[in-house]
Amino acid sequence: MRLEYFLLIDRIVELSLGDHTIRTEATVPTQSTIFEGHFPGHPLMPGVLLIETMAQTSGWLLIAMHKFTRMPFFAAVKEAKLRTFVTPGQVLTVSAKLVHDGSGFAITKADIKCEGKAVCNAELTFRLVEFPNPSFRASMEKVAAEIAFPMEVLHG
Amino acid sequence: MSSTFDTVANIISETCDIEREKITPESHAIDDLGIDSLDFLDIAFAIDKAFGIKLPLEQWTQEVNDGKATTEQYFVLKNLCARIDELIAAKGAAPA
Repeated sequence: MRLEYFLLIDRIVELSLGDHTIRTEATVPTQSTIFEGHFPGHPLMPGVLLIETMAQTSGWLLIAMHKFTRMPFFAAVKEAKLRTFVTPGQVLTVSAKLVHDGSGFAITKADIKCEGKAVCNAELTFRLVEFPNPSFRASMEKVAAEIAFPMEVLHG
Repeated sequence: MSSTFDTVANIISETCDIEREKITPESHAIDDLGIDSLDFLDIAFAIDKAFGIKLPLEQWTQEVNDGKATTEQYFVLKNLCARIDELIAAKGAAPA
């Protein structure tokens, strides 16, 4: 995770287009300016960033499903539950599953676990639109390569 | 079995917290009922599920933006229900 750059996924561990599921991993950094304020002397991973982590994981599933022709933009979060604290250095396993693939939108359910223990879960809605410009898409492809996005799914 | 309109009206009422009595076949989802595009995604999700279809929102939006269709053709509820019935017929599916 690089919190200041909003790069919250370290790598894609598993992605199944048949099952419409994805699993990613992310290690909370031990150092971040965010922890200076959240909270002084008691660093905790902000809940909104946990939700963003679930959104980014879902987003990569949707990008794969649409073979890099659509960019998912986070539109709504429902039933978000933050069940336990997450502290610097912890390794998170993030899972997401497609609930509905609509026309121009999609809905997923996602959760995060840490050492097998439930951390949080939510239902997430995304608008799916064409990439705003080629450089945007190129930057996403660069991130995809860094997090082991399985490029072979684009040709399946 | 509910008619298409009754099912859609109930979905809108429950999803957007609008009194069922205020929803008529002549209601325009956007202009009369004040439903915005984000709320309409929830409605589209519920309609897709209820009827086993996929409302072609992207196509409709494109047609409206291109001036090839008006919002009334898709978002006045009697017209929306007619489009739903067409999609059901095309799919050979039955309402839930």
